[in-house]
Order: sequence, then structure tokens, then C-alpha cells
Amino acid sequence: MTGFLKKHGWTLGLLAILLTLLIAIRVVQPNFGASGLESLARAALPFAFATAAMAVVVIAGGIDLSVASMMAVTGVTAAVLMDNATEGQAVFAVIAVLLVGIAMGAINGALIVLTKVPDIVVTLAMLFVWEGVALLILSTPGGGAADWLRSIIAGPVSLPFLPEAWTFWLPNAFIFMAVAIAVIWLPLRRSKLGLSIYAIGSDDTAAFRSGIAIGRTRVAAYAVAGLFCALGGLSLTMGTGIGEPVPGPYLMASVAAVVLGGVVLGGGRGGLLGPIIAVFILRAIRLLLTLMAVDPNVTTIVEGTIMVVVVMLGAILMMRERRS
Amino acid sequence: MTVAADQPTALIRLGRFLRDNPVIPLILLLFVLIGVLEYMRPGIVNERWIGNTIKFAIPLAMLAACQTITMLTGGIDLSVGVVATVSAFVVSSLTPLLGAPSAVTISLAAAVLVGLVNGFGVGICRVHPLIMTLGTGLIATGCLQVYQRFVIATGSEIPSFLEWLGTGRTFSLPNALFLFLPFAALILWGLARTGFGRLLYAIGANENAAKLSGVRSWQVFLALYTLSALIAGITGLLYVGMIRAPSLSLANPLLLPSVAAAVIGGTSIFGGRGGYSGTIVGALILTVLGTLLTLLQMPEGARRLLFGLIILAVTALYVRFTDQS
Repeated sequence: MTGFLKKHGWTLGLLAILLTLLIAIRVVQPNFGASGLESLARAALPFAFATAAMAVVVIAGGIDLSVASMMAVTGVTAAVLMDNATEGQAVFAVIAVLLVGIAMGAINGALIVLTKVPDIVVTLAMLFVWEGVALLILSTPGGGAADWLRSIIAGPVSLPFLPEAWTFWLPNAFIFMAVAIAVIWLPLRRSKLGLSIYAIGSDDTAAFRSGIAIGRTRVAAYAVAGLFCALGGLSLTMGTGIGEPVPGPYLMASVAAVVLGGVVLGGGRGGLLGPIIAVFILRAIRLLLTLMAVDPNVTTIVEGTIMVVVVMLGAILMMRERRS
Repeated sequence: MTVAADQPTALIRLGRFLRDNPVIPLILLLFVLIGVLEYMRPGIVNERWIGNTIKFAIPLAMLAACQTITMLTGGIDLSVGVVATVSAFVVSSLTPLLGAPSAVTISLAAAVLVGLVNGFGVGICRVHPLIMTLGTGLIATGCLQVYQRFVIATGSEIPSFLEWLGTGRTFSLPNALFLFLPFAALILWGLARTGFGRLLYAIGANENAAKLSGVRSWQVFLALYTLSALIAGITGLLYVGMIRAPSLSLANPLLLPSVAAAVIGGTSIFGGRGGYSGTIVGALILTVLGTLLTLLQMPEGARRLLFGLIILAVTALYVRFTDQS
């Protein structure tokens, strides 16, 4: 039990913070209910995917500054492909978008491995490249999204074997996110590739000496990040019904959530659960402050302060641990 | 390169030469770009164009100075865009209330405050500089937006000497050079000839070794990030004089190019290697590149795409030339 607590202490702490926030929201706004949860989950959806993408590369010891731009590319690709498409064609559009995401991520990774330029510089340059690609695909917001796709993330979930009173509280957007991330991440983490990703993030020389193909693993990690970005871009288009070529504020937010979620910059530690909870914490704080009628700009200050203070505390705690 | 491949010694010597003088290939690249520009639009390269290019390269080069000095220790300062915006906005909103001198003082004090927080986080709490400066940048943006609501009625006025500095010309060269030349000389001298400069290189090359040699690295970080924010603040003052329209995101678009300028200029993002002369040429290259891409009359998307690819290509070539021999 204590071992479990120690291992998942950070995540459990985050969960406790999230619950406290939700209760606080309920106290401030007594009629906050299922529809409030639904809009919270919908707002968190693109942030969650951006954070998942960032978390995978950070675990692999890198960083990807082009996350938001890749989401813009996949978002507009989805909108253009699905514009005036039939319901059936939209399925192929979704598959194509996911493949585009994987390809973009793999290009990022391959460039880092081949050019030997630091990842932060390569992805900084690719941020401009993908931003440009998104603008070339669609210069102004437009396109469309298939109706069945949009309904995936709308409303509460309906399961035949559960009473409606239970499922009423579970928004579809949340289920979509949880299923998508679990289907990709859980098998990956247990696989050889997942282990290799943690290994190169922890110590790439040691990983190399244990026979891990570092270059290939790095490309794979970035490709997985690209896949999450594709899901993020897709969820943007699903949420609004149109493609938006200008990247949203997902880069900074994803770094914040990843760090808050207990993934150490430098790699090799942490998982996806913590960062995802952190996304919801950040969104819940924003919602709480909005409900309390706080100036939305103050909300930005509070978010930044929380991020900085949490990171400082984490760093100090880690120093203590190392000394003892 | 195929010719040189037959004589490995020549290639190695070339590589060594370039590694010792990284600025030379960069200056060559700059002239190639100017040559392409002149070829595409004959007669464009005149006194006026050169003045304009230098004028717009100066704020970029100054913000890139922040990146250069922080990168030398293995860090980065992502708050410089916001800090420059803050000082620009504060100075233009306070000038009608308090007069230019106190407005400038207060705006630089705000910048230094952000720097102190950065230095505290990086030096004492040992937070990764990327995260620390990202966070303080967010906080500063929020504070600026809240501040804006209080001063929205006062109107804005830019001190006349800043306008003179930003838009005036002397012998067809921009007046901003009066600020930039001493600034660049100070940075170059400071990095090469003072103890503080050597400490930056030492910490970047091997922080543990520096600590064991008696360097109190937290003091260096505190001073470094404060200095970086101060430079960013001064850049903001200059930039608002140049643009003459304060806004809440004035200097933010310069942030990523400032990182790119330092990187193209040959400063290693891992620390310990690089210098400011390369960064200045890097900023000039990016500015000329911007003009070039505008002239090509390509859609905005294609321009950004090329901009990114060229940054990548230059750094990749640079790494190849300097590291492989």
C-alpha cells in the first residue's frame, strides 16, 4: 500500500486537487451539473491530446515545440477532406488524417536523428513549417465535419447496460478522450517500444549499450506524438465543425500540463495519466474563476503562478530527495 | 564538398577553421542572400534598404542577445517577448501621467522584476529554464492584460527620445545604432573579457566542474536572468519607438525568431559554445530572409514553410561543419 502511494503519490495528489476543484465549482455554482461537466470535457479535449503528444516526447527525453502547428495541419486536413463528403467517405478522411499526423511526427523525429540538430531547434523550425503547411491547405477558416463525427463528442454517453442516471454524468467527449488515449498508450507502454522510449529518455547511452536502436525509437516516439496531435486536430474540427489554420494556444498549455502532471523534463519518468489530470485541473481552475466572476485575465495570472509554484516545489522536493 | 572529400586533411582543416571562425560562413551566407535579392529585384539594395534592414534587425538582435547569454549556460529565456511588450506598453501608458523619465524607470523595473523571478526559479529552485521563463511569461502576460484595464482611459504617448531613437535617421543610417553599437560592444566585451562572461561559458560547459571550482552558480543565474530581462526591457523601449503603436502583443512575434537568430549564429543550445557576433549576423540573415520571402510574393503559408526549412538547413549544415571534423 505504501509502495503504491509512493509510486503514484503525485497522480493521487493531482486527483485530489481535481476533486477539490470540482467540489468548489459545485459550491460556487450549485446548479453546475452534467451539462457543465460536458462543456468542461469538450473544452479540455484538444488540450488533453496536445498534452498526451507532448508527454510522449518528453518521456523519450525530447521536446516538441511544433505540437500546436501539427494540430492545425491535421485539423484543416480533416475539415477539407470532410467538406461535402458523405458519411462513409468521412471514415477514410479520419484514417487519412491520423496517417498524416503519424507522418508529420515521424518527419520531425527523422530530422532530429538525421541532422543531429538539438530537438528543440528542429521542432522550433518545424513549428514554422507546419504552420505554413496548414495555411497552404486552408488560408482562412473553412471546410466541414461529418455529423456522426461531431456527435461523438457531444452530449452524455449512452450505454445499454447502465441506467441513464449513471451515464448521465459521463460526457461523451471524456469517453472519447479516455478511449483514444488508452487504446494507443496502454499497449504501447507494455510493449518493447514503450520500454525503449522510457529507456532512451532515462539515459540514452545506457539504452544504446543495452541494444536499443536509439534513432528508430526516437522517430517512433515522435510519430506517436504526431498521432496524438492528429487526434487533437481532429477533435478541434469535431468541436467547431470547421478547420482553423492558425495554431491555438496549445503549445504552452501542453508543456505546463506535462510538467504539472509529473513528467520530468529530461525524460524517462512519468506517464500519461498525471498530465491528463493536470489538463483537467487547469481547465477546472479556469472554469472556477470564471464562475466566481473573476476577470479572465486574472485567470491567466493564476494559471501561470500555479504552474511556476508547482514546478518550483517539485524541483525543491527532488533536490531534497537526492541529498538524503 | 565533393572536391574536398578527396583530400581529407583539407576538409578537416576547413572544418577546424570554420569552427574557430563560425562568423565567416554566416557572413558569406548573408551576402549570398543579399546577392539573390539584388538579382531578383535589381536596384533594391540601396542605402535606404540597408538602413531599413539594419533598423529591423536591431530589436531582433537585442532579444537574441538574451537568448545567446542564457543559452551559453545551457538555458533559454522564453519570457523576453513578453517582457519587451510589458516595458513597451508600460512606458507608453505612463508617459502621459508621469513624464518620460519615471515611465522609463518603472517599465525597466517591471522587466527586472520578471528577470529576478526567473533567476530565483532557475538559480535557487533549480527549475528548468524553459519552464520557468515560459511560466513567468504567462504571468506577465496576464498582469499586462489586467494592467491595461486600469490605464485604458489615460491614452498613450511615446517619449520623444524613443521615437527619435526608433524612427530617426542620421546619414541614412537608423538612430537605433546609437543604442545598439555600444550595447553590442558591451556584450561582446563582457562575454570575452570579463569574469562574468567566462563564468557563463564555464557553467555551460560543465556546471559541476564550475561549482567544484568555487563558482556560486545561483548568483550567476540570478544575475544572468536579471540581465537578460533588462536587455529585453530596453529592447521593448526601442521597439515601441520604432513601431509607434503599443499593443498587448507588440514584441511577442519576435520571440521565436530571436531563438532562431541565436541558433543560426552558432550558439549551442546545450551551452558552453557560441558568441554574440554570430547572433548579430544571424539576426541580419533572418531579416534579409524575411524581405526575400516577402518579395517572392508567395502565399503566407509558403513563406513560413520556407522560413522554417531554411533555419533548419542552416543549423544542420552548421552542426555538420563544426562537429564532424
